[in-house]
Amino acid sequence: MSESKIERLISEDGIRCDGRRLDEIRPIKFQLGVLKNTDGSAYVEWGRTKILVGVMGPRESHPKHLALSDKARVEAYYRMASFSVEEWKSPAPSRREVELSKVIREALEPAIFVEFFPRTSIDIFIEVLQADGSTRCASISAASLALVDAGIPMRDLVASIAVGKVEGKLVLDVQDKEDKAGESDMPMAYMPSKNAVTLLQMDGQITHEEFMQSIELLKKGCMEVYRKQKEAIESHFKGAVSNGEEA
Amino acid sequence: MSQRIVPTVKRKQIIELSESGKRMDGRTLTDYRDITIQTGLVEKADGSSMVSIGGTKVVAGIKFEVGDPFPDIPNEGVMQVGAEFVPFASPEFEPGKPDEVAVELARVVDRGLRESKVLDTTKLCLIPGKKVWIVHVDVYILDHCGNLIDTAALAALSAMLSASMPEACIEGDTVRLTGRRLPMPITDIPINVTLAKIGSRLFVDPSFEEEEVLDCRFSVAFKENGMLCAMQKGESGYITPEEVLRAVEIAKDKSQEIRKKVVECLKLKSDKVGES
Repeated sequence: MSESKIERLISEDGIRCDGRRLDEIRPIKFQLGVLKNTDGSAYVEWGRTKILVGVMGPRESHPKHLALSDKARVEAYYRMASFSVEEWKSPAPSRREVELSKVIREALEPAIFVEFFPRTSIDIFIEVLQADGSTRCASISAASLALVDAGIPMRDLVASIAVGKVEGKLVLDVQDKEDKAGESDMPMAYMPSKNAVTLLQMDGQITHEEFMQSIELLKKGCMEVYRKQKEAIESHFKGAVSNGEEA
Repeated sequence: MSQRIVPTVKRKQIIELSESGKRMDGRTLTDYRDITIQTGLVEKADGSSMVSIGGTKVVAGIKFEVGDPFPDIPNEGVMQVGAEFVPFASPEFEPGKPDEVAVELARVVDRGLRESKVLDTTKLCLIPGKKVWIVHVDVYILDHCGNLIDTAALAALSAMLSASMPEACIEGDTVRLTGRRLPMPITDIPINVTLAKIGSRLFVDPSFEEEEVLDCRFSVAFKENGMLCAMQKGESGYITPEEVLRAVEIAKDKSQEIRKKVVECLKLKSDKVGES
């Protein structure tokens, strides 16, 4: 144990600890319509990160005085299950969860035609069942699909991914180990057809040059997630159509 | 609805003005409002500052406390940033627990300070694995006239730069304060710069009326060596990747300007202390 005290996260030939190349994303599996009591839902397995998203709405706002007269009120609730991380986490929302709920809402709202549903609420409930890095990116990407499943009109899907700096190198799609040991983490959410960045955060230290490279890498990563989101929608609704024919 | 009509009309006006590079309050798009920094206001704090950017006013205080370390970093001190929105700062603020806006503000200020390694927390260990210094950095919003993030970040930084820490001696398992003071283990001067995107233009240091009509805001913090150490996009609009690149360019210049101001202000103060 003590002999290998410094574990390298990137090998000499540029392979990461889970076998990925620097610009390779983890296996991502999206599934739509996984819950019965929501208006729309989605499940994602993003490497070992596993998240369920349920959407309720557009529905009557509660309490009523919070309703907006010119658009729907969007709320997001990002919560981590108590068993989702190494050590037991109190189920009460932490400051981190409060902030992430806010930025996730702000990442999704620009995609929704909120002006079509004045005086209503659209609630997005996110439960992280297992966290292994990039949970906000996986949440946003899956929530987009849950909104689609709910039939809510959208300008585009929101695809999201993170770039980190690990051992001085920029890596796409940061997993937990890389996030903890890495020098920086920079998640972005993007609507490709609008060229719109709806979430952008960063912590850690990067140079101006690395920042510009990160933006390019993030765009590329978001496009890959975007393709997987579209595939998930296609396979979900193809299934629905063929089921209909059989009946 | 009634609250939204005025901002909607103003938005048009703000965008039209910005086409000729002007703003409602006479600034150019890249100007900050006047910045004032006053330190040492609260003698009972280990460090304090009152900072204003235009009409926005924030007071920050630093307090040292002996406490337990985090299990994963047993030999390092802990820095904790909190934000309180005092109800008289704005008719929109309500008494009670910090809401999501206050939590976001505190966390953005925290990230700017923490990620730049402004404080060398390895120097804040008292008894390894058992007792460390907890450094509370609390910012109180006193008057809200726009750009709370930059004002709060600058207040927190100035309080920290002007603070001193208590000297402690260890006797077995107990920590005893000697009553003497030590200089703070400061290693950087991170500066946060916020821009608002309104229409297709970027506004440095948005005022309250600009914030009411913005599409989104974007904050970025720079270390002294020019490295980026924190970023945050906020509010429910979007920004293009090209605009993000431009915003970072502008913010980099601005951060140098403000850092110069901070250094000047704080040196002025310490010179005065030296004279008396």
